[in-house]
Amino acid sequence: MPSLHNGLDTLPKFVLHNARAFAKRPAMRHKDLGIWQAWTWEQMLGEIRAFSVGLAELGLKRGDKFTIIGSNRPRLYWAICAGQALGAVPVPVYADAVADEMAYVLAHSEVTLAVVEDQEQVDKIIAVSDRLPQLGKVIYDQPRGLKDYVHGRLISFEEVQGIGRKKLGSDPECLRHWEAGIAEGKGDDLSVILYTSGTTGRSKGVMLSYENTIVSARNANSFDHLDENEEVIAYLPLAWVGDYIFSYVQAYVAGYCVNCPETPDTVVQDRREIGTTYAFAPPRVYENVLTLTTVRMADAGVLKRKVFDYFIGVAGRWGEKILDGEKVPLTARLLYGIGNLLVYGPLMNQFGLSRIRVAYTAGEAIGPEIFRFWRGIGLNLKQLYGQTEASVYITAQPDGQIHADTVGTASPDVEIRISDAGEVMFRSPGVFAGYYKDPEKTAEVLTADGWVHTGDAGFFDPKTGQLRIIDRAKDLGHLKDGTVFAPKYIENKLKFFPNIREAVAVGADRDFVCAMINIDLTAVGSWAERNNVVYGSYQELAANPRVYDMIAQHIDEVNRSLAEEEVMAGAQIRRFLILHKELDADDGELTRTQKLRRGHIVDRYSPLVEAFYNGSTDAHITTEVTFEDGHKGVISARVAIRDMKPYPVQAIKLERAA
Amino acid sequence: MRAPSSREAALGEVLLAVEDVSLSFGGVQALTDVSFDIRKGEIRAIIGPNGAGKTSMLNVVNGFYQPQSGRITFKGQARTSMRPYAAAQGGIARTFQNLALFRGMSTLDNILAGRALKMRRGFFWQLIRYGPALKEEVAHRRRVEEIIDFLEIADIRKIPVGRLPYGLQKRVELGRALAMEPDLLLLDEPMAGMNLEEKEDMSRFIIDVNQQYGTTIALIEHDMGVVMDLSDRVVVLDYGRKIADATPDEVKRDKNVIRAYLGEPHGVSVTK
Repeated sequence: MPSLHNGLDTLPKFVLHNARAFAKRPAMRHKDLGIWQAWTWEQMLGEIRAFSVGLAELGLKRGDKFTIIGSNRPRLYWAICAGQALGAVPVPVYADAVADEMAYVLAHSEVTLAVVEDQEQVDKIIAVSDRLPQLGKVIYDQPRGLKDYVHGRLISFEEVQGIGRKKLGSDPECLRHWEAGIAEGKGDDLSVILYTSGTTGRSKGVMLSYENTIVSARNANSFDHLDENEEVIAYLPLAWVGDYIFSYVQAYVAGYCVNCPETPDTVVQDRREIGTTYAFAPPRVYENVLTLTTVRMADAGVLKRKVFDYFIGVAGRWGEKILDGEKVPLTARLLYGIGNLLVYGPLMNQFGLSRIRVAYTAGEAIGPEIFRFWRGIGLNLKQLYGQTEASVYITAQPDGQIHADTVGTASPDVEIRISDAGEVMFRSPGVFAGYYKDPEKTAEVLTADGWVHTGDAGFFDPKTGQLRIIDRAKDLGHLKDGTVFAPKYIENKLKFFPNIREAVAVGADRDFVCAMINIDLTAVGSWAERNNVVYGSYQELAANPRVYDMIAQHIDEVNRSLAEEEVMAGAQIRRFLILHKELDADDGELTRTQKLRRGHIVDRYSPLVEAFYNGSTDAHITTEVTFEDGHKGVISARVAIRDMKPYPVQAIKLERAA
Repeated sequence: MRAPSSREAALGEVLLAVEDVSLSFGGVQALTDVSFDIRKGEIRAIIGPNGAGKTSMLNVVNGFYQPQSGRITFKGQARTSMRPYAAAQGGIARTFQNLALFRGMSTLDNILAGRALKMRRGFFWQLIRYGPALKEEVAHRRRVEEIIDFLEIADIRKIPVGRLPYGLQKRVELGRALAMEPDLLLLDEPMAGMNLEEKEDMSRFIIDVNQQYGTTIALIEHDMGVVMDLSDRVVVLDYGRKIADATPDEVKRDKNVIRAYLGEPHGVSVTK
């Protein structure tokens, strides 16, 4: 394992170091009251130190677990480091988790202290506090609405910092003592427990050491030449390993500046103001921006729409080649230049992507069409493949070697092999220390010699030498006639259409493939407005026959594209329906990072799945739903099922069959 | 969590008292001998069937209508008539049943307009935007930004309000009223035309305004659920007369109120 140079083996040590090395450079910004407030590394150290000493005064000590719950606010990031400086272990929790989920994680990790954003989180914690006997103080960032709360355990972030500052001022030994505490920390100490949302079952607490995350971050920084001059915006869930590494560890290791948006709704505007240079996002973000663009263009004037369509066509033909530095005819270059002036440049600027050097998509597979669109208009979008258990990085695409259907070559220091069953396995310095309090699960995933089972089926592409992920190994199945059924692959094709937000393909061990669709309310709503379709709710819009017609067209196109692929041609969609409700993490249908929990969905909607295969043209379904405040209700609906005509399977296959 | 009993005790002295107010337009009697008071720090609801005189009552309170008789005491000063401008200067702000925003101006500018009364420097000072005028503008902008943050409308700060959905426009209007830092805030049907989610948001903002800024609030509202949840005391008007004045629970059980809402045969005509 590579050693960590000049003794920088924990994140608190990096803060002390950066406060000297980058003293006057910005470490963090936050837009507050409409103005960007900045903290230099020196100032940030001051904030962290005051809070950290305050935490120590409240009794937080080495080995304790504490939780962080909220959106991307500087104070929450400081709290992570402040606790780590004492040797305590942060356990970030998804801010949108319902109280019950939260209670499970907090109880399982034996959290003794909580740092939360606001009243919403305080309410949730209080609601489940009888299940959390170990929990002591709850520290809040935003006092709003908490004025009348009479609760001995509540204390504000400022008050804790005040306690810390007072202690630092009155006790000359305190500062030395605090720094000595940091020096005691070691690279192989447990640094964080990240609960993975898991597409199956209860979430598991992934334990990562400082060394895991710091080595991974340093490798990633050197792979993409990131230094203290980068600007990033922190907007992904704090509890997701992606944000932890990207907005925290990589920033500390490289010394770059992390910008916190004003509110979760202003991220695009804020990104434009900052001009970020490095981006990291799940495919959904790129999908959403594309949907938004398409919807807005549909409302634009005829001339604008024509210009847009024409140049997007040009970008599709030449953009990627130009980005990869390939040879293209002069006329193409010229046309692309005009397109850049009229369409691509303004579009990138609109979404704050003009200064991006490197953008990654990660978390799950991105639809190839979406990927090519972004690259076509000049965004250096690359794929990476990672896991919480790997401290993110397993593979990444080097600049200039980008393919829509691969996820890149092994990241520095990472070894990859494909098991006999076709499963991707890896070994790296980032490999986690195990699942917290779950040696059985750990043993299932982590072999004795340090290899990790990813649970994904994949292979090395012979043409490019890069890894290709086919699907979750356990999702990959076969139809009754033996045709390969890769649900994710089909779903990604469907999700390329702005009108389709989410899709669930079913078909394993069945006669044919069927799909359940979630329409995109923004896109279809805008279409409805233009076409005088009146609707009162998602459910009503979803059931509209004209919406069905539109989705049927999309599915037809997907079928045509599937028919062109030898392996997939047999897996064309024969029947589909539009679900009466949106899939939601609160109902356990998606994970907190918005991945499908396939098994759960198939169970929940089993009457619909049955109807697919018994030939009914509609089916009745009653589902329980959980509202944002945790209340439960019931929605029932009669959902129509449509048949699709598959394209003839290509000659090659027929010959082989004969 | 609002505990009614503790709030009862927390209510302060009378901020505004309406005594025997009568208002008529020609032959139409809009209000007849209405008396009630609003105490400091409370949320006071005025309810009643259509045409009961609720909006007229608000218009009397903020000086838009001049009552023919009766007396209004605000912050200890009695009067029979007052101009809206004077009412605003005295610390009464309001929102309207049908929005009254500057549709072409941004959210920010609309709320900033609410600071107009607080501007000390004249037109020419503001034009040169230097020294004290600049300092003043910064202070006002800060206050406006706090309101934007409070109402969670940062994402629409620069968007012309005419382009916003109705529910958000209502919120901007509330923001403009708050910018006046009023002692008494009059809300005329703050939830009208909103969907459930928007109503819940607005309810939360009203409670937060009341708690955080200690603003006394008088509101007209049709949604009984909202009234019952939000208000400390309720005045019920019917045909321009006060028929009840009590806590929400008591009002709910009041026979007169039930009759007024169910629209039983009345002296003059039958409603609904």
